[in-house]
Amino acid sequence: MSLAGFEVEVEQVGRNGLETEEMTLNMGPQHPSTHGVLRFVVKADGEVMREAIPDVGYLHRSIEKIAEKVGYHGFMPYTDRVDYVAAMFCNQGWAMVCEKLAGIEVPKRGEYCRVIAAEFNRIASHLLSIGTMVLDIGAITPFFHAFREREKINDLLEELCGARLTYNYMRIGGVAWDLPPGFVEKASAFLDRFEPLIDEYNDLISLNKIYVGRCANVAVISAEDAINYNLVGPNLRASGVRYDVRRDEPYSVYPEIEFDVPVGTGEIGCVGDSFARYWVRIQEIRESIKILRQCFKQMPDGPVIAKVPRKFKPPAGDAYVRVESARGDMGWYAVSDGTEYPYRCKVRTGSFAAMSIIDKVSRGLMLADLVTVIASLDIVAPEVDR
Amino acid sequence: MQEFLDGLIAQGYLAAVPAEIVYALGIVVAAAIVIFGFVLVVAGVTTFIERRVWARIQSRVGPNRVGPQGTLQWLADGIKLLMKEDLIPAAADPRLFKLAPYVVTMGFVAAFVVVPFSGALVVADLNVGILYLTAVTSLVVVGILMAGWASNNKWSLIGGIRAAAQIISYEIPAALSIFPIVLIAGTLSMQGIIRQQGWFPTDWFVFHSPFTFMAFFILFTALLAEGNRTPFDLPEAESELVAGFVTEYTGSRYLFFFLVEWGNLYIISAVLVTLYLGGWQVPPITDHPVLRNLLQFLTFFLKSYLGVVIAMWIRATLPRIRVDQLMTTCWKYLVPLAFFNFLGTAVWVVIWPQGSRVVEYLMTALGFGVLAYFFHRVAFHLRRSRAELLLSPFA
Repeated sequence: MSLAGFEVEVEQVGRNGLETEEMTLNMGPQHPSTHGVLRFVVKADGEVMREAIPDVGYLHRSIEKIAEKVGYHGFMPYTDRVDYVAAMFCNQGWAMVCEKLAGIEVPKRGEYCRVIAAEFNRIASHLLSIGTMVLDIGAITPFFHAFREREKINDLLEELCGARLTYNYMRIGGVAWDLPPGFVEKASAFLDRFEPLIDEYNDLISLNKIYVGRCANVAVISAEDAINYNLVGPNLRASGVRYDVRRDEPYSVYPEIEFDVPVGTGEIGCVGDSFARYWVRIQEIRESIKILRQCFKQMPDGPVIAKVPRKFKPPAGDAYVRVESARGDMGWYAVSDGTEYPYRCKVRTGSFAAMSIIDKVSRGLMLADLVTVIASLDIVAPEVDR
Repeated sequence: MQEFLDGLIAQGYLAAVPAEIVYALGIVVAAAIVIFGFVLVVAGVTTFIERRVWARIQSRVGPNRVGPQGTLQWLADGIKLLMKEDLIPAAADPRLFKLAPYVVTMGFVAAFVVVPFSGALVVADLNVGILYLTAVTSLVVVGILMAGWASNNKWSLIGGIRAAAQIISYEIPAALSIFPIVLIAGTLSMQGIIRQQGWFPTDWFVFHSPFTFMAFFILFTALLAEGNRTPFDLPEAESELVAGFVTEYTGSRYLFFFLVEWGNLYIISAVLVTLYLGGWQVPPITDHPVLRNLLQFLTFFLKSYLGVVIAMWIRATLPRIRVDQLMTTCWKYLVPLAFFNFLGTAVWVVIWPQGSRVVEYLMTALGFGVLAYFFHRVAFHLRRSRAELLLSPFA
């Protein structure tokens, strides 16, 4: 038997005189819980997985190559599609790498607008992540409760930039528009209402005995493994490594803002298990709320975008920037040859690294745990393939 | 029924046909009326009500387009499914594939024979009523296993095997929680069990002793598992097994599985209400036979529908457990506890053959205390989350 790209040998295992064979399951690309088009070739012995080989590439759209053809300004809307769940960070990454190439200074208010938009997007992305995770474990209501709040964030972002998912809000040198009138009041009111709802959410699902039983001590990733496999963001922090680009290699206005970097502590379950990854995201939502409140308070007046020529021709050279996206350290690399078009663009994303560890952690787990592992690593399919 | 047919024959109708065939046809017609008039309607309406109940819990609106307030949504869904193309996968075993939905439906519909809707409204008050019910509902698992195997799809197969393991395991705590009632009532007949109880909660078997009180919850859990309801919906776990054993089914065959799942909910509650919650017992306020039966029917129906709504509530709230946890829950906790209850009840029946009034009142007080605490917690959470309540069902 052969599945596209995989030669599958059927093993005959004789045990207690019984002829048993491993079952090869093809999970995806179309499967309800693969969060897009992911594919796993799972070898299972009954319900126990022996192997789960990820097969990437079903959502490859050559986004990096497109950059070479559409130019610096024109590429901005395409960056939204790199990670459509957290598009602001991709916007920010591309804007920052262009600014670094050309040495442009972004006005202070522009930076604050960026951080506000990005942190709202982080909350929205984490809500989607935890919502789909509980949905994969079979709880339906918390998903809708998470999405109800995410809708309100989408409303706010729509007011800010006219789009609900693919924002295209940032520009090289700043942001496209200043905050609309009344935005700060509306956003603060939302945060005041939203913050206590996190407790409700925890009571409803996070601390539910069945839920904790499904996630705690499952798919444990040690700090060493997490570093070796290049995990980033909440996945890395859940393993106990306190690394956050916003704090360790600060960019934008993050040095002026106080916030904590939550890590997995193992209060429930152990450090680095599925529950720790989930719990870090819940705590990061609280930190994002803290950051947003400070931004509203500290925001100066002034322009939001620097003067950038319409024909943007950065000097020849290359630049690499890091952005702490909702899925962790997102690297943007661009090479300029002095023309209007970038010579090369490369994006480094967290989901791709997270895909590679799935096979290691899922060996010996039950079939039902594979969906928990995928969800807890917060893999977004377009970000894997770009 | 037989008198009615005898009357018809005496009046000269159907004289050309042998009497046995008339009786047989009469039973078929009666069964058809029961199935189409009650069973399918209950199962169908339950799908609509479940969607609306979920919608309220999940701050959504729910279906409200087809018919007034969307009440005809279930009919539209059913007709849509009947119109769909009936696909049989090329690699499937066509005979078993076609047979499976019938087996499942048979197991489900046959259970209605002994459901006591009122003192008189019951198809057959078998003297082995509850035993018959547990036996025929086990037919469902044969159908599910058949469906999982015949589909020739690995996800279906896993779903079918999971269902078989789950339903067979949970039959044991379920049966062990039915026995205490049989011990107390001294009969297997559904009507007999209800007649031993009274309309007032202290006379219900759930408050008979601490053991029956525990057995009630064990039975509810075990029956939820047998009915493949969350948190035990592993055989059709959407996020894991696509749709489990129904993955390859379409159209009307899918409709049958769908109906059985929602119809089974009603059977589950009917069993609980019959055994533990006083069945159709009503206060003696009227002697009129029709009126009394109507009242009894309404009481029974509302009590069992409350159980259905609670199962919906549980489904909307709880996540799904894993296969190994499912088995642990059953064999390590439910089975020993159920055994303990069974033995405890046996001792109890020997010591107090008529039951102890004091304990019954205490247990009733405890039961209502638990209920009051539950509502207190609900109110607390509502206040804290500052939820905007939408109490009107029509919105």
